[in-house]
Amino acid sequence: MENNLKKVDIIFEDSDKCAPLKVLEKTLKRTADDIILDLIDSGLKGRGGAGFPTGLKWKFTRNETSDVKYVICNADEGEPGTFKDREILDRVPEKIFTGMAICGYVVGAKEGYIYLRGEYNFLLKGLLKKLSDFNAALKKLNVDFQIYFKSGSGAYVCGEESALFESMEGKRGEPRNKPPYPTVAGYNSKPTVINNVETLVYTTMICHMGPEKFKALGTSDSRGSKVFSVSGDTPIPGIYELELGMPLHDFVNEFGDGDTKAVQVGGASGHCVPRKKFNDTIIGFEGIPTGGSMMIFNSSRSMYNVLHDYLEFFAEESCGQCTPCRVGCQQLLKGIEAVKRGERPPAYLDDLKKLTGTMKIAAKCGLGQSVGNPFNSIIDNFREEIIY
Amino acid sequence: MSTTEALVKELVEKNGRTRNSLMPVLQGIVQQEHFLSEEALICVAKELDLSAADVYGTASFYTFLDTVPRGKNIIRVCKTITCHMKGKDEVIKAISNALKIKVGETTHDNKFTLLSANCLGWCHKGPVMLINDEVFPELTPQKALEIVEEYAKK
Amino acid sequence: MSKYLVNLKINNMPVAVEEGTTILEAAKKLNFRIPTLCNHPDLSVAGNCRVCVVEVKGARLLAASCATPVSEGMEVFTNSEKVRKARKHIVELLLSEHNADCTKCFKNGHCELQELASEYRIGDHVFLDLVTPESMIQDISSPSIVKDDSKCIRCQRCVRTCAELQGVSALAVVNKGDHQKISTFLNKPLHEVVCTNCGQCINRCPTGALTERNYIEEVWNAIYDPSKFVVVQTAPATRIALGEDLGVPVGERVTGKMVSALKKLGFNKVLDTDFTADLTIMEEGTELLTRLKKALVDKDEKTVLPMMTSCSPGWIKFQEHMYSDMLDNLSTCKSPQQMFGAVAKTYYADKINIKAQDMIVVSIMPCVAKKFECERPEMRDSGYQDVDYVLTTRELAMMIKQAGIDFHKLDEDHYDSILGESSGAAVIFGATGGVMEAALRTAYEIVTGREVPFTNLNIQPVRGMEGIKDATIKIKNVKPEWSFLEGVDLHVAIAHGLANARQLMEKVRRGEAVYHFIEVMGCPGGCLGGGGQPIPTSPEIRKKRAEAIYSEDEEMPIRKSHENPEVLEIYKEFLGEPLSHKSHDLLHTHYKPRKRY
Repeated sequence: MENNLKKVDIIFEDSDKCAPLKVLEKTLKRTADDIILDLIDSGLKGRGGAGFPTGLKWKFTRNETSDVKYVICNADEGEPGTFKDREILDRVPEKIFTGMAICGYVVGAKEGYIYLRGEYNFLLKGLLKKLSDFNAALKKLNVDFQIYFKSGSGAYVCGEESALFESMEGKRGEPRNKPPYPTVAGYNSKPTVINNVETLVYTTMICHMGPEKFKALGTSDSRGSKVFSVSGDTPIPGIYELELGMPLHDFVNEFGDGDTKAVQVGGASGHCVPRKKFNDTIIGFEGIPTGGSMMIFNSSRSMYNVLHDYLEFFAEESCGQCTPCRVGCQQLLKGIEAVKRGERPPAYLDDLKKLTGTMKIAAKCGLGQSVGNPFNSIIDNFREEIIY
Repeated sequence: MSTTEALVKELVEKNGRTRNSLMPVLQGIVQQEHFLSEEALICVAKELDLSAADVYGTASFYTFLDTVPRGKNIIRVCKTITCHMKGKDEVIKAISNALKIKVGETTHDNKFTLLSANCLGWCHKGPVMLINDEVFPELTPQKALEIVEEYAKK
Repeated sequence: MSKYLVNLKINNMPVAVEEGTTILEAAKKLNFRIPTLCNHPDLSVAGNCRVCVVEVKGARLLAASCATPVSEGMEVFTNSEKVRKARKHIVELLLSEHNADCTKCFKNGHCELQELASEYRIGDHVFLDLVTPESMIQDISSPSIVKDDSKCIRCQRCVRTCAELQGVSALAVVNKGDHQKISTFLNKPLHEVVCTNCGQCINRCPTGALTERNYIEEVWNAIYDPSKFVVVQTAPATRIALGEDLGVPVGERVTGKMVSALKKLGFNKVLDTDFTADLTIMEEGTELLTRLKKALVDKDEKTVLPMMTSCSPGWIKFQEHMYSDMLDNLSTCKSPQQMFGAVAKTYYADKINIKAQDMIVVSIMPCVAKKFECERPEMRDSGYQDVDYVLTTRELAMMIKQAGIDFHKLDEDHYDSILGESSGAAVIFGATGGVMEAALRTAYEIVTGREVPFTNLNIQPVRGMEGIKDATIKIKNVKPEWSFLEGVDLHVAIAHGLANARQLMEKVRRGEAVYHFIEVMGCPGGCLGGGGQPIPTSPEIRKKRAEAIYSEDEEMPIRKSHENPEVLEIYKEFLGEPLSHKSHDLLHTHYKPRKRY
């Protein structure tokens, strides 16, 4: 079936055409301000999910006065349904390293760290070899920047940037109060740029191909393309780089199995879109933003099981420090169980929806704030499946 | 000096004596000893000048930093919905029957511990499991058993 | 550096505050109270409980007012619909993981969560009860502290107290998510870990999760038992704080009323730990001078300096865990509480013709570590447990309420004699620097024959709430028998709160500072800020208590320990002289190294 889905090849573009070190050499000849202008012009927003403009993040960090600054690559990909960063790390790590080195040059940092989730330790051996070559190349080019790996140990919340800093500092991965933001006080309380794996590759590619080509893709709110992790009831699960701003309808036509009931956009913390809304749902910052996870469910799946799985995940992976998230996640999980067993009336689901309203505005970090996304979208669209 | 003490000293020597090295030190111990024993936690506290409770509190935050004894090979089967949809329950059942342990338990010969894990990042190729640091996607019960058997021989 | 002012509006009222001020502090300036739970004036900001959330115009999220600094033009609403709904939810959530069996709780009526629940009129429980059977098992392993996880709301005040104020970190946050809790190393019982029993965590716990092990019933039973002769001693810091739990303003002394109340409760004799505080000065002062002579004149290598005070049982246990190589630095003197017990069941029992086995010694202490101290096996020199029960200031207030005594209407009464007379030097034991000041008043006079050269005997340099203080006293024109001290600069240091003590110990160990005498009190502010004192506590409250202590001192007819007539009498009749054989038997002790981790 014809549709507007546009496949793109930027992230994984052949390294022969785009040699990362060549891009680095070329870019370092430019001024930091020019590079920032290009990034801002490109419209690139963070690809981890939150979508902060990358150029601004770099600019803010550059403007801070500090003897020490850091560049950190957030490779703690843990959102259920997301696996694109693993693939990027595996296939084009030099593009990540290059993005970090450019960022170091722009903001005035001498050290970069890649925080790699413990579940991806099997990648480490290969990556370390490539990294040491890259670090050596940096020295050869007289670039005062070196990159190191830090490993996580199995804690989803460490993907939250301030929790990640805490973890790197040898502490429990508990998110910090904000402000201050990382650009002012991040790792070791120094100004820090923290970018997602994919974002860093796009910065490299924008430096390579110029902002125009990137900007030409997508919509005015969602420039460029993004890597999607497609899983669930699809004949062709995998990783796809697609232009942003597509209607979900087109996506389902391409990837669904013909019996798609719902798509969970953005992983466990994202939104569940039912069939009747496929047409009016845009994948992008103007519609439903996503870190790239697209889980497809066909009509054989119980949405109670799906929601239960997500809630169990959040109850376990909440850091536990703030009340709305620690207790709220448990109440949501135990709450739908109680409704299912008939121990609470169906109307209790509405009490729980109100609770997610509080979690959304009162939890300390994005984890607790976003649990309402799957909860409300699944309850609203599949209420019967939850109750009976 | 016990082997644990020597290991901790070596790891501290390598990673540095500041709080920032706590994670790599704990990770290094788990790599060698499969879990963090009381002795190991105390050694770390001593070397990094932290309280033992603080070290324990930090370790207990992280799923991979176990503070209860674990087998030589730790099997972690992804339990997230997509792996569930592709049959992780059958995989767990097969391993569980073969090793005669339930999820969370360790075999009597200390060779295997069976655990479930949150999303391992292989949703397009589920079900998936990690054995120690090695990953095995696109499992079937049969395939899982063969892999576990290979480890049993090691 | 001068900070500039930030203008904002709170509930439509304009206010200008210094840059860096939090919304919570700014609101206080306008007399808007924002409820808090995890926030505490002695601790770093956590922003965990979220009870203090407020609405900031234009912001997507509510802000934790304790953790959010003001900014120019900010418009804050502390009681908007959004805020109220969220806050009520949060209180309901906390209650759902809290064992809310309030009527059976030791903190019933003194619980911050209960207060909030009452304020928000939380009626029927909306949410499911999450309290688990495992969390219902209390840790009663410690003779001082009871830990009840079913009451814990994870505000982490205790964890921050143990780390930031005490430098001990016996408590930590463990696990994550739905398994997160406050626990110890490998979840061991409190008596098996490095807990010093200081009880500062109790003082800051908003609920009944951490309380003192209470002995109120045991003491009532002793009072009611006609075969027992029950004597009670009161520590210096109790008299300046007890009133706080009985409706008296902070900083008001209630010595006479307290004595009166104790008599009404039915104690056979009401005596004073201050008496043995004076006795401590005689022993410890002499010990210091003896050590100085041995070290400076005899060059005895076994005599170590600096000598360190030993009145504070939290500090002693800290030292036994953390600096067990420095135990010889500790004075061998027992604490005043334990000197009292040993003397009461020997000298005093003989004098009043009561058999020691029929005597029950009860202490009223600002301290929960004293509960542990009285059970130490070393503390049985009378042949019996020298002190039978230790009650906190708080427990005494409860007994007074239970007995239906109208505290405000009580007449002022006097301590019984003997063992009831004391000096101003003894009272100031209750404040940081007080033992040092008392010791100096006596030792200086012994050595020189003159009073310490400070106006009105007030040795200002050793007073105040600075974490670590030091001072140097020049000793001149000494008596002939102390000629070796002629011209010597006596270097002293004082620390309060164990985090400060640790810093001081590290300094001493590194040889960065050479002192002759060090006073350490385990709790912030000294005993006046003890783990058994009325709740709440704050720097402001402790300052007021200290002022009360020093004014009590100034009003005492006797200001120096060596002038206490009862002390002179006990030496004449019973002990002989300081450091005599008998003194050693009854008034001195030894220490034991404990596990460091």
